[in-house]
Amino acid sequence: MSDAPVHDASHRDASHRDASDRDAPHRDASDRDASPRDAGDHPPAPRTVLDARDVSRALTRISHEILERNKGSDDLVLLGLHTRGVPLARRLGERIAAVEGTPLAVGELDVTMYRDDLRSQPTRASRKTSLPPGGIDGLVVVLVDDVLFSGRTIRAALDALADLGRPAAVRLAVLVDRGHRELPIRADHVGKNLPSARTERVSVRLTEIDGVDEVTIA
Amino acid sequence: MKHLLSIDDLSADAIQEVFTTAADMHDVQSREVKKLPALRGRTVVNMFFEDSTRTRSSFEIAGKWLSADVINISAKGSSASKGESLRDTVLTVCAMGVDGLVIRHPASGAAQQVSEWVEASVVNAGDGMHEHPTQALLDAYTLQRRLGSLEGRHVAIIGDLTHSRVFRSNVLCLTRLGARVTVVAPPTLMPSGIATWSAAAGFETSYDVDAVLPEADAVMMLRVQRERMAGGYFPSAREYTVGYGLTRDRLARLKPDVPICHPGPMNRGLEIAADAADAAQSVILEQVSSGLAVRMAVLYHLLAGEDA
Repeated sequence: MSDAPVHDASHRDASHRDASDRDAPHRDASDRDASPRDAGDHPPAPRTVLDARDVSRALTRISHEILERNKGSDDLVLLGLHTRGVPLARRLGERIAAVEGTPLAVGELDVTMYRDDLRSQPTRASRKTSLPPGGIDGLVVVLVDDVLFSGRTIRAALDALADLGRPAAVRLAVLVDRGHRELPIRADHVGKNLPSARTERVSVRLTEIDGVDEVTIA
Repeated sequence: MKHLLSIDDLSADAIQEVFTTAADMHDVQSREVKKLPALRGRTVVNMFFEDSTRTRSSFEIAGKWLSADVINISAKGSSASKGESLRDTVLTVCAMGVDGLVIRHPASGAAQQVSEWVEASVVNAGDGMHEHPTQALLDAYTLQRRLGSLEGRHVAIIGDLTHSRVFRSNVLCLTRLGARVTVVAPPTLMPSGIATWSAAAGFETSYDVDAVLPEADAVMMLRVQRERMAGGYFPSAREYTVGYGLTRDRLARLKPDVPICHPGPMNRGLEIAADAADAAQSVILEQVSSGLAVRMAVLYHLLAGEDA
């Protein structure tokens, strides 16, 4: 086809951006939307806010909070939001299972199709959504994500959940809450409240994906 | 990706990306609410200047499950039957603010031509004897789900190659994904000049079904397209079946569990025996549900992002 090279070029561009999006340490949605900073501007070196032990302690605390709030792990499902909410949900699931002595249902949720910024971005590849075999009807769903920022990802997740079933309740657990909400959404369980400027970058790295557990701000 | 006109426009990575999305779309089909909001507010027009059941309904459902508004226009009952040119018909429809145009046309190259006239994203849903890219994508997707990977696997494509756009798109798609492809047809239904193409594209040709079948990891039967034949390609239907049909005897000589595909509509008893079409290893109905998932993925990739 005569215009094939054009397609190839645009596709390469899109897939490159997608790949870098997946590989880069996660920043939340609005951060990803930000245009690249002025090259002449020297951002300060990243400052570590949570190290591996802090992350571990935060997750242990959150898992106990979830149990306390829910009065046990019956009727409880953890759903991790892609990308870094998924390993976090698994870790919380393991901790809760260890305390309660019974395995806990953990799934993963992809909200790509429900985002409100699909149209202002190059096409994003979607990821897998997998629910526990019994579904989520009548259960208490705890959404797990790494960073809570604008709240738009969680808005999308709530829409996705509505299409997947009718949970008895939905709660939200995040490793970091950095503020700057654009929607009336708040987290029930927070690993660390991290006051930040809008222009700062909060990066969460997790062993499963990045080889190290840490949260940095720059 | 702005248009999908030919498999040639897609790299192996791009194909796999469509498959990844298709796998998610496949999961949506088993949900109670079979609807995603990704294409809310977008309009897709299916323009079919040739008869079709599965492709058109599949694109229609795909668009609707992604929340797009879908309109169907067929040549019969449209202004095309009053003598309006393709260009005028397409420009008229696009003047109504269409985002995606799915087009099937009996002329090879029609989709390509249309893509040069309009702003909308164009999907080729079959142009004459040239290409049918979404069919090839769904075939490869179905086979990849069955076989794990297509790398190094041997796929036999058997039937009316001359008139088949499915075969052309499939050869491009399967070889790009690393499969070894052998195409089989009677000499009269082997496209002229195929020797040059097969040498360049790296696939094999054969006239001998019985030599190829026992070696194959997947079998794709093509429809004998009687509507495109002026006759004289083979002496009788019976003779075609004996020479090139997937009969009960040939079915028994396949490697165990080799998936059998057919793009449909089937001529049962001509190119494929009922025993083969309904065999446990037949993936013909799976192809239909895969087709829906793949078309959802294609519409998503073409229409969801800012470049659409």
